[in-house]
Parts: sequence; structure tokens; C-alpha cells
Amino acid sequence: MEWVNAIVQGVLLGGLYALFAAGLSLIFGVMRLVNIAHGDLIVLAAYIALVVVQATGLHPLASAIIVVPLMAAIGYGMQRLLLNPTIGKDLLSPLLVTFGISVILQNGLLATFTADSRRLAAGPIETASIDILPGLSLGILPLIMFAVSVLLILGLEWIFYRTSLGRAFRATSDDAEIAQLMMLDRRHVFGLAMALSAAVVAIAGIFLAIRTNFDPSSGPARLLFGFEAVIIGGLGNLWGTLAGGIVLGVAQAIGAQISPGWQILAGHLVFFLVLALRPKGLFPRMD
Amino acid sequence: MSASFSIERSTATSRIAAAAALVVLVCLAAAPWWAGRANVRLLGEIYSFIALASLWNLLAGYTGLVSVGQQAYVGFGGYALFALAMFLGVHPLLAILFAGVLGALIAIPSAPLLFRLQGAYFAIGTWVLAEVFRLGFAQVSALGGGSGSSLTASVVTGIATSRDLREILVYWTALVLALAALAFVILLLRSRMGLALTALRDSEIASESLGIDIWRSKLFVYVAVAGLTSMTGAFIFLQKLRISPDAAFSVNDWTAYVIFIAVIGGIGTIEGPIVGTILFFLLREALSDLGTAYLLILGAVAILVMLKAPKGLWGILAEKTGLSLVPIRRRVTFQDQ
Repeated sequence: MEWVNAIVQGVLLGGLYALFAAGLSLIFGVMRLVNIAHGDLIVLAAYIALVVVQATGLHPLASAIIVVPLMAAIGYGMQRLLLNPTIGKDLLSPLLVTFGISVILQNGLLATFTADSRRLAAGPIETASIDILPGLSLGILPLIMFAVSVLLILGLEWIFYRTSLGRAFRATSDDAEIAQLMMLDRRHVFGLAMALSAAVVAIAGIFLAIRTNFDPSSGPARLLFGFEAVIIGGLGNLWGTLAGGIVLGVAQAIGAQISPGWQILAGHLVFFLVLALRPKGLFPRMD
Repeated sequence: MSASFSIERSTATSRIAAAAALVVLVCLAAAPWWAGRANVRLLGEIYSFIALASLWNLLAGYTGLVSVGQQAYVGFGGYALFALAMFLGVHPLLAILFAGVLGALIAIPSAPLLFRLQGAYFAIGTWVLAEVFRLGFAQVSALGGGSGSSLTASVVTGIATSRDLREILVYWTALVLALAALAFVILLLRSRMGLALTALRDSEIASESLGIDIWRSKLFVYVAVAGLTSMTGAFIFLQKLRISPDAAFSVNDWTAYVIFIAVIGGIGTIEGPIVGTILFFLLREALSDLGTAYLLILGAVAILVMLKAPKGLWGILAEKTGLSLVPIRRRVTFQDQ
């Protein structure tokens, strides 16, 4: 039962990893940009949530009404100011600019909040759980997080394939120049994509802050987990990304059962295993 | 009527530069006799960064393999040196060489896996590899596990018994390493494969259609750079005398600094990483009181350079003056005109 429990917790954790991955995947899909600062943006959102909760006394989950629009604005500004000038030139410039942003965010957070690790207390909901089987209980909070992650991915799919914004994303992704001729301002569309990604990041940051301790150097690991979920699941497939996140979460949970030092390592090794056996991911897009 | 022509690489400036470089080199080799202990150590550190930055630049600037995970090989080389010297009794300077061989060997199975990731995803893949190494070495209790270990005194005196001689030998090792890395980059770029790499960077599809084996060229460069980076890492931790997983596989120390050096100096030039390293150490000495703010400033400068002058300081200089100290390009000279 210990193992079943570990696997179930791993599945629930996988939902959060899929959320880390969704923002990354969205940006790559629209503008072929890999945002190295993605994990640090998640941690930035966690700190903003911390400040908002301290200043307003809102419940951490309710702080989203402030954190989400704020992060979206930051994302839009970052894209217009720093990233748009690098898009389309070559591989190197956008990658290195986001790498620079990552280092700046980490050290900026370090200077502002010190290296102490923090956590957001969510009150009695943290310990609430339901018993499914004898010896197997599910935390209400992890369940909520998993459900929200699935709903957000559903929402992103809907935006991408059913709205005019999504059409603009797909058109710009297919051919930015022709999209420009169709009155789509590429710079604005890219800005909106980053804003949407940052809004998802905001939720991921709040969940991260409630779930675990975080400090200014927590970002890179979140970037790597999100990235691994994307690759394990298969590029360009959000449901695959959810499956990838779950595979990663379960691998980590099983690793942790073997020995605490193996938790993260087991996830990385499964990632390389998938890369070796199924380089296009477990659920490659059919096209 | 066919014009007779010859193909030259060297220019008058490059010949003068080569002569000047030789003089500088002799002076630097003699540094233990004219510089203080602390400065000799600092020079050793500078050489290791010149090596790291030149090697990273070869990967990113010429081969199109942008890595943010070269700390994998710096740390691996350091750990290989510690293991070889402490458990097998290999002479530490010889162990640097072996660490390089081991680094290249471990890169051979890693490369095909990482090459499955396209473009920017390759970069993050290299980072995952470095994390695997970090977490893996933290599990090796013989090497101190998560808290690391120090080189034993017997290993240190094994280099040479007198302290002066020891320091001179370690210093020269660093100088030789930096020169070897630079020589490797220059000779590679002047070779047939160098031409292939430049073609590859400019257009993968076009160069493939001309018969260039992309995969093999990339594999060769990745593996060779891994070996030389491991040697540099082995030297770095021989000088530090202490190693731990977090220090050995630090992304800030061995990748962020190195990338900023190459970006500010000029990616895709031989001179850029050298100029960048000198500037980096001048800045570091001047701003050392700032702590974390130093990295903030460095990151901001690197972003600014990337946005406003992506060719870096040396790139701007070379463009304005046509200056090239290290001749890579082939120039055609017509005789009868």
C-alpha cells in the first residue's frame, strides 16, 4: 500500500509538472522560443503571491486574482521589450537573453528576499484529506491542484483551437509574415502568447508556494521538470504533456521510495530513457 | 587570360599579432618570478576561464550547439581527478590528462541522446545531463557524497615536494591548458572540418546537400570540447583542493559566467572570449564588494549586448577596423592586376 500511495501522490504531483510545462509548451508552439527563465518566473510568481498574501491577508488561492493579471502584464512587457527584438534572427539570441533574464531574476529575488526558504500557509485545507481505501488517503489540496491543472490545460486547448486569439497564435506560428499581411501584429500576438504563458505560470507559482518550500534558486529545477514533461509527452500535444508530467511525477515518487537522494535523479533518468527509446515522446502529435 | 591568384590566410596584422603574442606568452610563462603568489593564482584562474569560454564559443558560436550544461564536464573532470589521484595514486598532473580522456568517453554516449533534442531544447537537455551528474556524484559516498571531499596532503605534495615548484608547475599547467584549448579551436577552424562547421552554422540544409555529414561533425566537436572542458575542470579543482557536487556542477560559475564572457567579448570570434575574460576579471576585481548585485549587473550587460550589439565588443571592433588577429578566413589575392 506504501507503493500504491507513492504512485498516487506521484500522479497528483504530475498535474503540477504539467502546469509548469504548459506555459513552456505554449511559447514554443507559437514562436519557437525556449524560455530558460520559465522556472524563475514561476518562483517570481510564488514570491509575488507571498507579498500579496502578507499585504492583503487574502487566502493564498484567492491571491490569484492579483497575481495572475500582474504576471500576465510582466510577461507581456518582457516579450515586447526584451524578447521580440531577438525573435526570428537565430537560435542563440533569444536563448541567451532568456538565460540572462533567469540570472537577473534569481539574483534580484536573492537580494530582495534573502536565501531563506519560504512557504505559503493555506490553512486547514492543507491537512484535509479523504480516505479512498484503508491506508490510502488523498489530500484535498493536491486533488484541487490536479483538477485545476487539468482544467487549465483544457482551457488552453480551447483557446488555441476555438477562439480568434488561438487562431492568431496558430496563424503566426505557421507563417508570421503572411499573418502580418492578414492584419495580425506579430509583436502583439507574441506579447499576448507570453502574457497567457505567464498567467499559467502565476497559478503554477501559487501552487508551488503552497505545496513546497521555495527559495530564489528553486527556478531552474522547475524549468527542467516542465521541460522533461514536454519531451516525455511529445512536442505540441498538451494532453501528452499532462501524461508526461504524470510519468515524471510517478518516476520521482518511486525514486523517493527507494532513497530520498534518488527522487529527482529517477525523474531525470526516466527522461533520458524516453529520449533513448521514444525520441518523439510517448504521445507524438499525429500530423 | 586566367588570372593567377593565391589563397592566403595571414595578414600583416596577424603576423605582427603573432609576434606580439609570443612576447606576451614568454612574459606570462615567467609570471611566477615577477608576480606575487595571489596574482599567479589569479592568472591561473583567468587561463581556465579563457579555456572554458573559448570551448563554449566553439560549440555555440561555430557549431550551433548552444549548451547551458558545460558544468557537467567541469564537475566530471574535477571528480575524475580526485578519484584518480586519491584512489589510484595517479600523479595529479597526469590525472588531468586522464580526466580529459574520461570526459570525452562519457560524452560519446551522451551526445547521441542530446542530439535528439532540436535547437533550443538541446540547451536544456545539456542542463539535465549536468544535473544527473551532480545528483549522481552526490550519491558516491567514497567521494564525500553531498558534502564533498578535500585532496589529501600526500596527493598535493605528490605534485612536487617544494611549495614554490608546486605552484610553478600548477601555474604552467593552466597556461598550457588555455593554449591547448585555443590551439584546438584555431586549428579546427582552419581545417576542412572548420569550413564544414561554418557552412553548417550558416545553413544546415545547404551544407548537408553539399555532402557534409552534419551529425559526425557535431559529434566530433561535442566530444572533443567535453574532453578539454573536463581537463579544465580537473585543473580548477586541483587548484581549489576541495570539491563538492554543488561547487563542481554550479551553473552560475561554469556556465553563466562563461556565457556572459563569450557574449560580451564576441560570440563567433577567436579573440572575443579572451577579451571577454580579461574584462570579466577586471569587472570582478572592481565590483567584488557588490555580491549578488555583481551577477545582476553582468546579466543586464549581457542582455544589452545581445540586443544592441550581438557580435560583442570584439565583433564591433573587427567590423569597424577590419582587424583580425587570428587568421581563420581564406582570402584570395590576385597577382596580375
